[in-house]
Amino acid sequence: MTELALDDRRRHHEAERLFARKRMFSIGLPVVAAIYLVYVFFAFDVPGLVDRARLDNAQILVADSYSHKTHVTLDTRSGEVEVAIEGEIKGLYPDHLVPDWIVQPAAGEARVDLGSGQVAEIRDGAVWLHLPDGKVIEARPTSQGVETTLPEGLDVPVNVSDTRLTVTLDDARLTVTRTRIEVLRYFFGWEMFWFDLQSAYAGRSATELAALAFGGERIDPERHNITGMLRDFWNNRVWRHGDVAWALVETVIMAFIGTFGAAIIALPLGFLAARNFAPSLLARFGLRRVFDFLRGVDGLIWTIVLSRAFGPGPMTGSLAILLTECGTFGKIFSEALENTDNRQIEGVRATGANAVQRYRFGVIPQVMPVLLSQVLYYFESNTRSATIIGAIVGGGIGLFLTQAIITQKDWEQVAYYIVLIIIMVMLMDSFSGWLRTRLIKGRPGK
Amino acid sequence: MVDLAAHAPDLRQEYMALTRRRRMYSGILLVIFVVLMVASFDLAESRNAGGFWDGIRNALDFPSSVLSEFWAKRDEFPKNILRFLPSLAETLNIAAASTILGACLAVVLALLSTRGLALWPRLIPLFRRTMDILRAVPEIAVALVLIFVLGGGPVPAMIAIALHTAGALGKLFSEVAENADLKPVEGLASVGAGWAKRMYLGVIPQVAPNFLSYAMLRFEINIRASAILGFVGAGGIGYDLRNTMTFGTGMFDQAAAIFLLLFATIMAVDQISSTLRNRLSATQR
Repeated sequence: MTELALDDRRRHHEAERLFARKRMFSIGLPVVAAIYLVYVFFAFDVPGLVDRARLDNAQILVADSYSHKTHVTLDTRSGEVEVAIEGEIKGLYPDHLVPDWIVQPAAGEARVDLGSGQVAEIRDGAVWLHLPDGKVIEARPTSQGVETTLPEGLDVPVNVSDTRLTVTLDDARLTVTRTRIEVLRYFFGWEMFWFDLQSAYAGRSATELAALAFGGERIDPERHNITGMLRDFWNNRVWRHGDVAWALVETVIMAFIGTFGAAIIALPLGFLAARNFAPSLLARFGLRRVFDFLRGVDGLIWTIVLSRAFGPGPMTGSLAILLTECGTFGKIFSEALENTDNRQIEGVRATGANAVQRYRFGVIPQVMPVLLSQVLYYFESNTRSATIIGAIVGGGIGLFLTQAIITQKDWEQVAYYIVLIIIMVMLMDSFSGWLRTRLIKGRPGK
Repeated sequence: MVDLAAHAPDLRQEYMALTRRRRMYSGILLVIFVVLMVASFDLAESRNAGGFWDGIRNALDFPSSVLSEFWAKRDEFPKNILRFLPSLAETLNIAAASTILGACLAVVLALLSTRGLALWPRLIPLFRRTMDILRAVPEIAVALVLIFVLGGGPVPAMIAIALHTAGALGKLFSEVAENADLKPVEGLASVGAGWAKRMYLGVIPQVAPNFLSYAMLRFEINIRASAILGFVGAGGIGYDLRNTMTFGTGMFDQAAAIFLLLFATIMAVDQISSTLRNRLSATQR
């Protein structure tokens, strides 16, 4: 009786200890994490970040990623007015395509309708900005600076100094410096996405283009309108669709060669490193360390080391992925092989099979589904890695992306590339998932 | 008995036909695979600045020059290691903080997108898509855009990795939560507990060991990601590595020190986390 009670009490005690431990764990862990985050908050100087953050940059970024601007620029030295999208040479409007909100009565003159009753007038090397309430801002660049006349009681943001005037309106901006008068107006959408302005198909509406595509007169007598359109789209000099498509292919290829090349190399090595197949303990131990080394060195270092030898390009990226994944697959494969069922192999052996046949019919069918599904999984995740590695080795879509970001003005292209990458990764995801179920669960022909 | 015997040749023929068909399918797949592989190799080769075979011959030049410089200046090695420890700490901090933040977000997203547990069952597809997109966006894009807005430093990298982590872990977490026992949840609901309480008291205790083990696995991955992001300009040891690499000969001893630090860290974390994960799965049983 007393013994039972003692036992009971001990059990009770143990249960309480277990509870206490669990409670400590479940409360302690979040508390530790929270304390750590507070430390990181100060170590990363997050409070200081508020001052350093450039919200104007964020505004530019957001506005630029879904809209474009058309610049009307007077170069005071040459006295010529140019109309160009984003102010780039590639976006220069040929005379017959200049939009109708810009009127050019004579050389060096322009009347720019900025919407909602605002008009900028460039004439005689000066600019007059007419606001909807009848007020007029006048600015004239001279060799010393900018002479500005501002009306009283202006309610638009104006930034004025001796050498510069900036007036920011809704969807438009006027900038005057010593060398140029620049009026720009924002529009929704990605301009020149289909055709650049040098193309004969630029500036036409969708119905017009459709009419041209199906019948209609040939714009270029040498080829059909559809081929002409496709060619102009593919060779679009601003968006470079052709180059971007190649870059996407390059990225997928990097992942493809890297992943599957590694799988091919790692399969025999996996046999040598698996406990139940290894010919010698030494080889097994050595190979395991090699796998650890390949994995531990990490893709970044392999990328750097290899780009010294192989130069920039997709081959370097492929090999970097290949080396890292050799380590990963070697480890996974050898572990999968260690978990094989010996009975199947013995069954095959009983029919008088030699070593190769035993592996082919006794081992491979057992491990293939696991290995394939792992390899396909890594293929998908390496597609994403290939964008980053591409940015370092200078190949694929990663290079396009980083370059567009570094120039800090083509945010619409950044947005385009990001969308493309997301689509690519999602496609790879569903493709590898489809292939996995197809190869492993429902075999074809069954 | 008679029936079986009569059907035997049929069966055999059918079996052989099936096998042949399967072999043919495998053969076709193999041919496609080989063709793709060779074509890809050719394409990659043609678009690379240096050729594969030239590269193979030069592959050891760089490691040997790094090693020789490292050996020549071996006295400075301890100093170099000490010099880069702070940036290594920053890289580790980025990885750890982003893992914690990402995992917290992932828990919420996962619970919101798990059938049977979701607060708004109709919005499950929305949260799933969100996680898919978070997973698909490359960290480098988010990091570089944020650097433009927030300026350099570790915070953009941390946010970028945390977002990606949220997507990646969210999917795994949701798969785990799908298998959670619903009885505690129903019990809590019967006593009038709200959704947050049902999740915190009914689901989380069941799935916490699995969540933790996935999060640790992710931490390993995030260390690598954080080093890579450093290389493209987000601070930490990757940034130092890039500086020493662009300097070239003369600073290769420092590059070697960074290589070693990174390698040792990744190996150590790998070991520790696999031990911890083993222990976690042991306590679960």
